[in-house]
Amino acid sequence: MELITKPIIETPLPAFGRMLWRYRGEPGMLIPLLQAAQDTYDYIPPLAIEQIAEVTGIPSSEVYGVITFYTQFRLQPLGKYLIKMCKGTACYVSNAVMIAQTIEDELGIGPDENTPDNLFTFQVVACLGCCSLAPVVMIGEQTYGKLTPDKLRRILRQYKRDGKAAGADN
Amino acid sequence: MQGVTIGLASCGIAAGGLAVYEKFEKLLDPAKDKVILKQTGCVGMCYREPLVEITDNGKKKILYGEVTPERVDRIIEEHLRGGKVIEEWVVEDIDFVKKQKRIVLRNCGEIDPFSLDAYMEREGYGALGKSVKEYTPEQVIEIIADSGLRGRGGAGFPTGTKWRFARASKDEHKYLICNADEGDPGAFMDRSVLEGDPHSVLQGMAIAAYAIGADQGYVYVRAEYPQAVKRLRLAIAQAEERGFLGHNIFGKGFNFSIKLKEGAGAFVCGEETALIASIEGKRGMPRVRPPFPAEAGLWGHPTCINNVETLANIPWIIMNGSAAYKVYGTEKSKGTKVFALAGKIKRGGLVEVPMGMTLNEVIYEIGGGTKSGGPFKAVQMGGPSGGCIPSTLGKTPIDYENITATGAIMGSGGMVVMDETTCMVDVARFFLTFTQNESCGKCTFCRIGTKRMLETLERICMGRGEEKDLTMLAELGEQIKTSSLCGLGQTAPNPVLTTLRYFYNEYETHIKDKKCPAKACLALVDFFINPEVCNGCGLCMKSCDSKAISGEKKTPHVIDQSICVKCGKCITICRQSAVEKR
Repeated sequence: MELITKPIIETPLPAFGRMLWRYRGEPGMLIPLLQAAQDTYDYIPPLAIEQIAEVTGIPSSEVYGVITFYTQFRLQPLGKYLIKMCKGTACYVSNAVMIAQTIEDELGIGPDENTPDNLFTFQVVACLGCCSLAPVVMIGEQTYGKLTPDKLRRILRQYKRDGKAAGADN
Repeated sequence: MQGVTIGLASCGIAAGGLAVYEKFEKLLDPAKDKVILKQTGCVGMCYREPLVEITDNGKKKILYGEVTPERVDRIIEEHLRGGKVIEEWVVEDIDFVKKQKRIVLRNCGEIDPFSLDAYMEREGYGALGKSVKEYTPEQVIEIIADSGLRGRGGAGFPTGTKWRFARASKDEHKYLICNADEGDPGAFMDRSVLEGDPHSVLQGMAIAAYAIGADQGYVYVRAEYPQAVKRLRLAIAQAEERGFLGHNIFGKGFNFSIKLKEGAGAFVCGEETALIASIEGKRGMPRVRPPFPAEAGLWGHPTCINNVETLANIPWIIMNGSAAYKVYGTEKSKGTKVFALAGKIKRGGLVEVPMGMTLNEVIYEIGGGTKSGGPFKAVQMGGPSGGCIPSTLGKTPIDYENITATGAIMGSGGMVVMDETTCMVDVARFFLTFTQNESCGKCTFCRIGTKRMLETLERICMGRGEEKDLTMLAELGEQIKTSSLCGLGQTAPNPVLTTLRYFYNEYETHIKDKKCPAKACLALVDFFINPEVCNGCGLCMKSCDSKAISGEKKTPHVIDQSICVKCGKCITICRQSAVEKR
């Protein structure tokens, strides 16, 4: 797979950098450090893995093992709009399969993939916790509930237009 | 003085509650309106969110449902300024409330979760004070043991006994962990408690720590619950500031502080030893017990792990006594249980009922029955570790023993109602996909056994199942249960085994007739365009990748069954809902 990389800033940004700086060998800090790295860079870049390994003395292979064990950590940056599709039980029995199919059709990507223009990232999540709105999709911070394929298609097309318009401005 | 309270737990926010709150904030005029605007946690009635409660000078409370920002103008004009209740928006679901008993949820939806003062006014840290000042740790354990409280995380181990073990371990450091790694898809009880009433959980932790002799506590909470994390962090800081946590609590020489650990998303971390490994910063893999965490847990020290709901019960029991708690429930399962009622149900939401209530009572009387109005087909309890209970067992009382006897488990409290459009084979496949994906890979049976079961189920759903598959599924399921180390593997086959037990003929129909009665397995249904509904717009024809659809413009289109690959795209694209599954 081709790695899409954003320019990594050579000096660590505040949150992550501060945490690395303050680390004094307290046990159990690996996961919080990784969370801080992801908060800062939006994913975990190779440089962050190296830095964590160097400061904590945990081999980078082990750091990598922890990253891949937990679903929260990403080794790739996100697209502009993060689509989280709920596949909790309530959504599943409310036809979430069709919703997934619609996203795949409309954007041409499967779960955990980015669109080539980096506008969308599609994720399937276990439960967004608003079961009474099933089926549910979250795009960025916005929640869309009681979806039908047609409703979702219109929403996605709107985002595409908005994203393209914003891209043209830049 | 009037009061406006808006439910802003995750579910309320998802339904648009924030916009409603902001609209009130913008439109209310401090010079003209004597109104206090507040927010609160989950009210429980998720099916009517966003909810707004209006109190008139201590008079009767009025609850409005499905409030949109557009409706705010009228509420302010007519109700707050005009004093006239808008009857058509009022929520009056007495049936939803009347059979419930709120102990765990006693403060949820009542207080502002961001305010310690609101909590002090309603309940306060009196239970902790009482424990530390009036009781010895042993007496606290006795009260909890006598109340009959059992672990609400799913397994139902008696809490008093668990505390006794941890108390008996001698060590200079002991840990208390609150397990808030709620990973079941379709369950949000713990999240609602943490978001709506964080101080009750912290107080429960402090009392537990006093009882077992712990000096350090951890809340292990899912990072996917940003609201809960935010509110907990604030609550811990508030409690420390007032001296309810920290050094020399209530001047009795009891020290206890709490740290928050964000879980990074792994279902297996709900298991005690995996959770401990995760706090230690490792891959969350379970290990062999003994030694049990009560002897050697976090960093080798004695550790007691309790679930959020269990801990939220503790302050109530201390304040009201074990006898008051024992009034509710059955002989072996005391108290109440919170359920997240969801799926094909009319009134979905968060409900708390006394143990011993039947499934029918919860589904029909509290939940109002299915959305379609027909009988329910099955109810799924316990998430991926649980099973599907058929409607014929609707009279089963809800307690640990009776639910386990059906093949499901009480679990943490997910209750998903299914109707005739849900295919049981497909549901079993869905849960196995989940557990297979979440298996940490340590035990062979869990790692490879669940994979083989999943492949078999996928084959059955594709119409390529054979009769011998069913015996294989049952046998392999039993082997996985007996040969796995932790709860994940030991319970992973449950969804398959229960559906095999109660819906065997549905499996047979898939295998012998190559049909899916619920029309959920796409490979086993045929797609037709209803000529009476189709307006011949041609959208489906354009979108069909296999060119199976033909027809003239403005005349009904037809699907050629010999070409159709049953992808279902035409259903998602048709705006007239003319494509039907048969």
